[in-house]
Amino acid sequence: MTLSDDLRRLEEIVRHLEEDDLDLDRSLALFEEGIRHLRQAREVLGAADARVQEVVAEAGDTIRMVDRDE
Amino acid sequence: MGGDLFSHPEGAAPRDRAFGVAEITALLRSAVEGAVGQVWIRGEVTGLKRYQSGHWYFTLRDSDAQVRCVMWRTYTQRAGSPPADGTEVYILARPSLWEERGELRLSAVVLLPTAAVGTAEKERERTRLALEQDGLLALDRKRPLPAFPRAVAVITSTDGAVLHDILTVRRRRWPLASVLLIAARVQGNGAVEDIVRALQMVDRLPVDLCIVARGGGSREDLVVFDHERVCRAVAGVGVPVISAVGHETDVSLADLVADRRAPTPSAAAEMAFPDRDHVASGLDHLADRLAQGLRRPTRLAQERLLRSGDRLAAAWSRRIERWQRAVERHAAQLEALSPLRVLERGYTVAQGTDGRVLRRVADLAPAMPFTLRLADGAVAARVDEGRGAR
Repeated sequence: MTLSDDLRRLEEIVRHLEEDDLDLDRSLALFEEGIRHLRQAREVLGAADARVQEVVAEAGDTIRMVDRDE
Repeated sequence: MGGDLFSHPEGAAPRDRAFGVAEITALLRSAVEGAVGQVWIRGEVTGLKRYQSGHWYFTLRDSDAQVRCVMWRTYTQRAGSPPADGTEVYILARPSLWEERGELRLSAVVLLPTAAVGTAEKERERTRLALEQDGLLALDRKRPLPAFPRAVAVITSTDGAVLHDILTVRRRRWPLASVLLIAARVQGNGAVEDIVRALQMVDRLPVDLCIVARGGGSREDLVVFDHERVCRAVAGVGVPVISAVGHETDVSLADLVADRRAPTPSAAAEMAFPDRDHVASGLDHLADRLAQGLRRPTRLAQERLLRSGDRLAAAWSRRIERWQRAVERHAAQLEALSPLRVLERGYTVAQGTDGRVLRRVADLAPAMPFTLRLADGAVAARVDEGRGAR
């Protein structure tokens, strides 16, 4: 599941909770699902910085990645 | 000065005011260089000599005059192959004076065969039509950019500030995305092949977005991005492409084919990379709403519970009322059945001293005391002495 998916589902859940007349069991289930997506999204946002690499084409149609300073 | 035998009749003695050669050529040079600045000149190329160093020397002439020209390696690299003798060309050049030879010459930075200028325009229009016919310029072909890119391919030349600008924006906004640089010449000889090869490589990389960028080059260099092969390669990339190759005003055909066009490499990066802080605060907001969202059904359930409590009480009170009404009804019936009500109508009841109702004459003996119960009370009574049962 991508960050987009997590955010989309989270928004759906919040709207559902805000607008629909749900019973307590259903609300709790949605809330728990929402917390799961929230946690996943926060994990993605808190991830370490990704790398910068240069793509080097080599003989035989292969490619290689070389780390590069920013 | 006057009176000197050798004095020149037309002015002062030459010894006093003669220039050195270097002095006069330097003076003339600055006069020549300041005369017109950089201009377009049209003429015919003759005697072009191409040196090992990469510099070109040639003469530009028309029917009435000629002038020596030089084009340095930096510029000949972009000019393609040297024009044949007699080719009519446009050159963008600045007049100067070569002091060593005392020669006037034009220092050219751009050389375009006049035929090619017309041809280039025709070629661009032909390419545009071909792309249009194949639907590659259609707006509904444009794909949305990924909201949160995980890896971005950047096609640009490694010299220059372009990559640095893009990486700076990435570091500030969205360092979560990795960048895969594909080095390519973006102007001059070999640029078309480099860019096409780089674009074709993108689909083999684990990226979800591609940026093709070029720093501020000359307008003529934009021709690379008008090339049909480049345009078709842009259209063929499997992920959305942002082009940042033109100028604010000039739009290349590749710009029209790309999914988004950015005026500068930094602007392309701003389009590509979302702002992490902004996303994080949006997430906090959602978290608040989520908590609030659960509070609401809880509150509703509580209220419902309270309401059902009310209903219980109401049900109870209705039942009690019913009972009360039943009691009252029964009470009324009881009352109607009460013997006392009969007394109201003028009857009396005789009771023995033991409370027994005296119903028959035989129940009464002479001189027997008894009670007479009337509607509003009771009186003591006694049967006559002589009178027994009759």
